[in-house]
Amino acid sequence: MLTDSDYSAIRLTLELAGLTTALLLVIGTPIAWWLARTRCWWKAPVSAVVTLPLVLPPTVLGFYLLVAMGPNGFLGQFSHALGLGNLPFTFPGLVFASVLYSMPFVVQPLQNAFNAIGDRPLEVAATLRASPLDTFFSVVVPLARPGFITAAILSFAHTVGEFGVVLMIGGNIEGKTRVVSVQIYNHVEAMEYAEAHWLAGGMLAFSFLVLLAVNFFNPQGKRVSP
Amino acid sequence: MKQIQLFAPLLALTCAFSAYADEVSVAVAANFTTPMKTIAADFEKDTGHKAILAFGSTGKFYAQIKNGAPFQMLLAADDETPARLEKEGATVAGSRFTYAIGALVLWSAKPGFVDDKGAVLAKGDFEHLALANPKLAPYGAAAMETIAKMGLTDKLQARIVQGENIGQAYQFAATGNAELGFVALSQVMKDGKIGSGSAWIVPAAMHAPIRQDAAILANGKGNAAAEALMKYLRSAKATALIKSYGYTVE
Amino acid sequence: MASEHIPAIDARFRLAYPGFSLDVDIKLPGRGVSALFGPSGSGKTTLLRCLAGLERTPDGYLALGGEIWQQGPAFVPTHRRPLGYVFQEASLFPHLSVRRNLEYGLRRIADGARRVSLDSAIELLGIGHLLERIPDRLSGGERQRVAIARALAVSPRILLMDEPLAALDLARKQEILPYLERLHDELEIPLVYVSHSPDEVARLADYMVLMEGGKAVASGPIHEMLTRLDLPLAHGDEAGVVIDTTVGEHDEIYHLTRLDFAGGGISVARQPYALEHHVRLRIPARDISLALERHGDSSILNVLPASVVEIADETPAHVMVRLDAGGVPLLARITRKSSALLGLKPGMAIFAQVKSVALLS
Repeated sequence: MLTDSDYSAIRLTLELAGLTTALLLVIGTPIAWWLARTRCWWKAPVSAVVTLPLVLPPTVLGFYLLVAMGPNGFLGQFSHALGLGNLPFTFPGLVFASVLYSMPFVVQPLQNAFNAIGDRPLEVAATLRASPLDTFFSVVVPLARPGFITAAILSFAHTVGEFGVVLMIGGNIEGKTRVVSVQIYNHVEAMEYAEAHWLAGGMLAFSFLVLLAVNFFNPQGKRVSP
Repeated sequence: MKQIQLFAPLLALTCAFSAYADEVSVAVAANFTTPMKTIAADFEKDTGHKAILAFGSTGKFYAQIKNGAPFQMLLAADDETPARLEKEGATVAGSRFTYAIGALVLWSAKPGFVDDKGAVLAKGDFEHLALANPKLAPYGAAAMETIAKMGLTDKLQARIVQGENIGQAYQFAATGNAELGFVALSQVMKDGKIGSGSAWIVPAAMHAPIRQDAAILANGKGNAAAEALMKYLRSAKATALIKSYGYTVE
Repeated sequence: MASEHIPAIDARFRLAYPGFSLDVDIKLPGRGVSALFGPSGSGKTTLLRCLAGLERTPDGYLALGGEIWQQGPAFVPTHRRPLGYVFQEASLFPHLSVRRNLEYGLRRIADGARRVSLDSAIELLGIGHLLERIPDRLSGGERQRVAIARALAVSPRILLMDEPLAALDLARKQEILPYLERLHDELEIPLVYVSHSPDEVARLADYMVLMEGGKAVASGPIHEMLTRLDLPLAHGDEAGVVIDTTVGEHDEIYHLTRLDFAGGGISVARQPYALEHHVRLRIPARDISLALERHGDSSILNVLPASVVEIADETPAHVMVRLDAGGVPLLARITRKSSALLGLKPGMAIFAQVKSVALLS
């Protein structure tokens, strides 16, 4: 069965995923909106950068983060200047990395949802005296709701499943950076297969439920009536 | 029919050649990567046999071997895993031997940071101390043993960051994210001396010896190349090379 | 009519996209319905979007009743312009009920700016029974009526409509047209109406801008535009005039109603309207024949004294004759042979025999 160490890892994972998702919805929404609306030439490079974590091996991201967040890296210098100290081996460091790592899972569904809305509802709102910001909250957000739900679920799930990056910058500290995926890895490496099965099976069930939920909230069909 | 006729001589040639030169596929502990590459090249040159190498963590190799991975030989990072495999009947009995004994070093990327007695640990002038996960890596276990012997376990516990293996522990220290790290001497040794930064080579008496054992796996039974490689690892040429990387041999 | 309109909308726009350009300089009256009429691709919708500020031309000018909305770099964004806009598709917000759709704009204007009450907009468009429905549950015609009421509910100083009937089938068009006619009759504000349907324009418009290839090729009061022989509107089988009349008399014996206008009276079958009620008529050019004398021996009831203004070639067999009946222009499409036999010349007095009229409202 599960040990205290396992429970601590589960708690930490849920905290990490929750905080990351909340931050990503705040940060990812304007980025997705900009990507969905802009026609300027550097949309493509920005989009590619945001999507990078989707194709990069997590170890690459983890390695560069470790170097960049180190005392000699530019992020490290920045975090020191802000008085945050070193980010690797800390919970805030994991949150920062997770935000980068899960970014495409928030930006892409939102961008798709925003694209699907099209220009017309925005124009209608403008002719009804709604400012662009007002329009965003009164029209875009409600119409893009399935996109927001998908983004939140995927970001949460992806952060829960995050492994390579955490392994690279976490330092395996119980209660601070040892999340479930790392715990499973430790169990397997230590040949504690019974313990590994409990956690790994749990993850499998969790992931299945998440994908089921995404399908449930994203039924095929039109979003904007003519 | 024509094709068979055409290929028959070629086939005969291949069979004939393989009677003299065999292949052996070897699972090698990650910390032994660099020396093993050189040894394998020499081995092929000297004997005509070919060693196909796979590098990784010993724990992972164990799981793979137990689940039918086609390795014929294992060069582990510890002595426990080969012993366990032997007990489980997964090796050729009696083939097991210690090919290298690792040396532990307390290392910092900063020159002059580590003194030659390891007193920097007690001084506590650092934020993080990196080491390999003691549950998984013998070097990590040896590091914890050393810390315990110095009576610093409680003091340092909160500053320890664990890499999943000794390579990652080195990475933490090399990037400066951890000011100090217990790593393998083989990682910081270059041409017979410490390459950069500052280091304290931990005396062997501070911890149980880090024995790295090799064994022929059940898959490799009767494989001439495997047997030759086991012998080759004990040769003067190979042991000299192993020692130059900071290991000792028995 | 021509002299009555005040140029309340003054607009100059120039715009060039690959394959399309717009270059207009127009003035529209401050009351009644102005139709932007032309084939598809002629720039009507783009012009309307420029008026709304949905399309921003780099260097344009737009003033409404003396208030400047666009001049050089100065540009009042759409959401600060007191206008109402009805799109071709109703474009109701699918996440809001009909009532919430109607209230969307209403909530966003100052109390002091509310001149149209929500109730009157609901009543005008006859949508009181739909308020709690969601847009998905409405028919196309109902949706468009809600969209029009929604645009009215912001108490606009100008109402812009982009082919509001184009996406509807004939039955739905017939359902909505009466409401548009009510708007025409009851609204105090100018209404700019984009259409490519001659029938809609004939029914609704007071003023017309003829668009072609991104340019306003002609504009003027509808009666003039429909009878200007230099324009394509006054030619072809469908050419005709529209005349605004008032109900002058009911003849209960023969069951007729006489509709009066400056050029005389036209009797039609008994209509249910009160005296003085406004009725718009359409008289097709092919349904007017000409005679030199008033014949008492004809079945044709409506004969109007008029004078010949202009004669234009139509087909090898036909000519189009522009007449003046008491200041009101009429068109008659007759054969070239008839024209020669009658010896028609500009300035000649003549009798126009009206074979049929269509009541537009």
